[in-house]
Amino acid sequence: MSEENEMITGIEVPIYLKYNFTAGAAPARFLSQLKNGVLTGQRRAAPDAQVYVPPRGSCPATGLPTEEEVNVADKATVQSFTIVHIPIPGNAIEPPFVVANLVADGANISFIHLMSECDNAEVRIGQRVQAVWKPEEEWDYSMDNIKYFKPIEEPDVPVDEIGKLPVTGLEV
Amino acid sequence: MSQPEILNQEFTLGYTYTRSTGPVVGRFLTALKLRSIVGIKATDGRVIVPPMEYDPDTAEELSEFVEVGQEGEIVSFAWVKQPREAHPMDTPFAWAMIRLDGADVPMIHRVAARDEADIATGARVRAVWAEETRGYIDDIRHFELV
Repeated sequence: MSEENEMITGIEVPIYLKYNFTAGAAPARFLSQLKNGVLTGQRRAAPDAQVYVPPRGSCPATGLPTEEEVNVADKATVQSFTIVHIPIPGNAIEPPFVVANLVADGANISFIHLMSECDNAEVRIGQRVQAVWKPEEEWDYSMDNIKYFKPIEEPDVPVDEIGKLPVTGLEV
Repeated sequence: MSQPEILNQEFTLGYTYTRSTGPVVGRFLTALKLRSIVGIKATDGRVIVPPMEYDPDTAEELSEFVEVGQEGEIVSFAWVKQPREAHPMDTPFAWAMIRLDGADVPMIHRVAARDEADIATGARVRAVWAEETRGYIDDIRHFELV
């Protein structure tokens, strides 16, 4: 072909999926509390029940509704983490950055959030972190109310105790 | 626990894919940019449009490109009475399988027609090119009835 140098070798084929998301009862309660700057989990109304953050409305182990709301701390423990080196299109955060599965004190499962104000090479399982919140006037129904989690000066949590800590650091 | 207010949010999940086209589809798209349509000759002599890299029957690598006509015949079609936002036209149109002159395999594209009654299996159609071609299937803006 005479137009060799104009040969098409790649095309852009973006796919955009438009959603209208309605939060169910459980996420709506969780998000409403986030707007007040409070992290809440939910559990079955049983003394030994697991606390889920964020809550989905039912207990995955039993299928029963999680009808009891529990405030958890904005302190958490690193359960696992990833250091992201490759930029994600449309994401404003400059790599390398750390995405971690964090278990809030008082919760039994982890949620995903960013870590910052940390030395990426020092991030480790069991590390203690605390939420850095946006200014109160910017709070919305969003996990983005927490900008990121930063390390705090507390001893690491042994692996088998992650997800089993009581609530700490909450004002009574 | 009290019933919270209902939270509702629109959002768009975007996958910003780019695809490498390979030598065969790349050649097809390059031809479109130059306002021509090429197919490829299969092992049994059939002309396949858009071209495939490998023979559908023998899996043999194919390389003999063939320019085909810009007119053809509607093999089958589906009339879109009420186009949605994602559709390529905002007026009613047809998705159609079009066997181009010189091709043996029909190609899917859209046909502009004023009315569903104007369109029929066997109807002749002709490619209408976009004002600016860029090496994309939309370089053929649509087909129109001849």
